[in-house]
This record gives sequence, structure tokens and C-alpha cells, in this order.
Amino acid sequence: MALAQREQILDDTGRLSEATAGDFLSLLKPRVMSLVIFTAFVGQILAPGSLNPILAFIATLCIAVGAGAAGALNMWYDADIDAVMSRTQKRPVPDGRVTAKEALAFGLTLSAFSVATLGLMANWLAGGLLAFTIFFYAVIYTMWLKRSTPQNIVIGGAAGALPPVVGWAATSGAVSLESIVLFLIIFLWTPPHFWALALFKTGDYERAGVPMMPNVAGEASTKRQIFIYSILVAVSGILPTALGFASIYYGAFAAALGLGFIWYAWRVLVVADETMKPAKSLFGFSVLYLFAIFAALLVEAIVTRIGA
Amino acid sequence: MDDKNDRIRPTEAQLKARRSRNVALALALVAFVVLVYFGSIFKLGPAVFNRPF
Repeated sequence: MALAQREQILDDTGRLSEATAGDFLSLLKPRVMSLVIFTAFVGQILAPGSLNPILAFIATLCIAVGAGAAGALNMWYDADIDAVMSRTQKRPVPDGRVTAKEALAFGLTLSAFSVATLGLMANWLAGGLLAFTIFFYAVIYTMWLKRSTPQNIVIGGAAGALPPVVGWAATSGAVSLESIVLFLIIFLWTPPHFWALALFKTGDYERAGVPMMPNVAGEASTKRQIFIYSILVAVSGILPTALGFASIYYGAFAAALGLGFIWYAWRVLVVADETMKPAKSLFGFSVLYLFAIFAALLVEAIVTRIGA
Repeated sequence: MDDKNDRIRPTEAQLKARRSRNVALALALVAFVVLVYFGSIFKLGPAVFNRPF
């Protein structure tokens, strides 16, 4: 074997990989993906019009894979940050199981396939919106905002809020006020959700040099902002009823959940606790809140259809 | 140099990982073909047979 060839094999680019299929799967951030699948599915079901169940399934799958691809691109770019944060240092790239180049190629390939398939199988508005979502998360949030401003997750939250809009567009071929309300619910929910996490992971973000709100504006300011956002979250939750596309029962349920959200945020604001227990409780409740709001909208849409 | 002894021998872990990647890639490819096949039929409906001879 020629020396040059041998050197190429021993070089990192030609190394024999020990990455399993599971490592590549974890590049897709399956836990984030599950919320994306759920909210996109709710958007699809709520939208007017009907999509063949097989095509609807393919559309959901494309949105999930597109979101996963954005996650892989994020892990490619953020490997340096992930390596110094306790929550992320076991991810495949910082752990050395998958190279950064492999993660990049994986992310780009899945992005292209998911967007093209969604465009062909549903419509190109949905395909375009999915492409924009991936671009927004990978380029605007990951490459630009995350390292430069404490408003990173406020603006970047748009990427996580878009899946129900993509789902809605896949079914109806349009973007309407209702889908923007779904967007708004997740968009306003993102800051209190991530700032609650940042409050009890401040050291991690500080070590990594990520300008999260607690280590830039301080704990007190972050807690105040969390409380203000929690009020906006509660209001956005009842918008579907206020705008007439959900029943009063949904409205009452959402209002109760919203009050719960404000209560947890209030505890974060007033209870001084070194262990950050109130912030952990708010973080846990915020996941439950979003799931419950979308589940309620889904159940109501299904019940309405069965009754019609 | 003896070419036979110069080859890189994958370790058991590398072989196992490669097999896992290969199986996953094969399954993904088959799934994609099935999705495109049925997706095309349901998207185009009877028009799937309308093509110039």
C-alpha cells in the first residue's frame, strides 16, 4: 500500500468509525423531535381541508426528519460548546463517536430529502416553510444568535414554533391566523421554558461562553422576565377560544393551565432558593403545559369531527 | 512491504458498528422507496397511469 494512502486511512477523515446507527439517531435530538412531531401533527389535524392519511403520515415524518436534520446541524456547529456543558458533553460529536464532518453531511442530506419529499408529497408552501425552519434554527439561531445575544432563545424560538405552521400548511396549503396563534403559543412559551433551565444550569452556560439571560442580565432580571412572559403565555393559550376556533371548554382548560404557569413563575420570582427548586418545577410544568394545550386542541378537533 | 500484513484490520467494535450502520441505512432506503411509491400513488391517484405512450 502506498504511504500516502496509508496516511489517509490513519488520518481522522479516513478513520474506521465506531459510530452505531443509534449515535446517528441521537444526532436528531429525538426528545426535541417528539414535541415537534406532536405540535406539527396537531397543526395538520386542526387545519381546514383534508390530506390523504398516507400523505399526512409522510408529511409528519418529513417535518420530524427536517427538525432532526436541524438538530444534527446544530450538533455539528456547537460541538465546542457541547463539550464543556454537563448536559451535552455525552453527545456523539463532543464524545468523539461521530466526527463533525459526518454530522454536517448527515444533517445536510436529511434536510434536502425532507424538504424535497414534503414539497412533492404535500405542497411547496409546506416544503418552503420546513426549509426556512431548518435554516432559521441552524444558521440564524445556532451560528449567529446563540453566541451573540441573551435574546438568542427569544428570537430563535421561532424555529421551534414553526412546526405546527408547517403542519397546517401541509394540509391546507396556506398560512392563516389560526396557525399563527399556534406559532405564538410556542414562541412565547420558549423564553420562560429555557430561562428556567438556564437558571439552574447557569454555570454550564457561563463555562461555554453562551450569553444566556441569567449570566448576562442576572438572576433577578431573568426571574422578572420569566414572570412577564408567563403572563403572555397564559394569554396566548386562550387565544384559540377568543378568536373562535376552539370551544369555551378548551378556553377554561387553557386558562387553568395558564394560571398554573403564572403560579410557578411567581414562585420562581419570590421564593429565594439556593437549589433553584422553583425554577426546576417551572421547567417541568412548562413541558406539561405545552403538551396539554396542544393535546386539548387535538382532542377537541377530533371530537368535533366525529360529531360533525 | 507485504501488502497482506499492511491492511488495517477493523476491531470487533468497529465491525459491529459498521454492521449497525449498514442495516440502518438499508432500512432507511427501503422505507424511503416505499414512501415514495405509495406517496406517488395517493398523490396522483388514477392520474399516475396517465402518461404519454
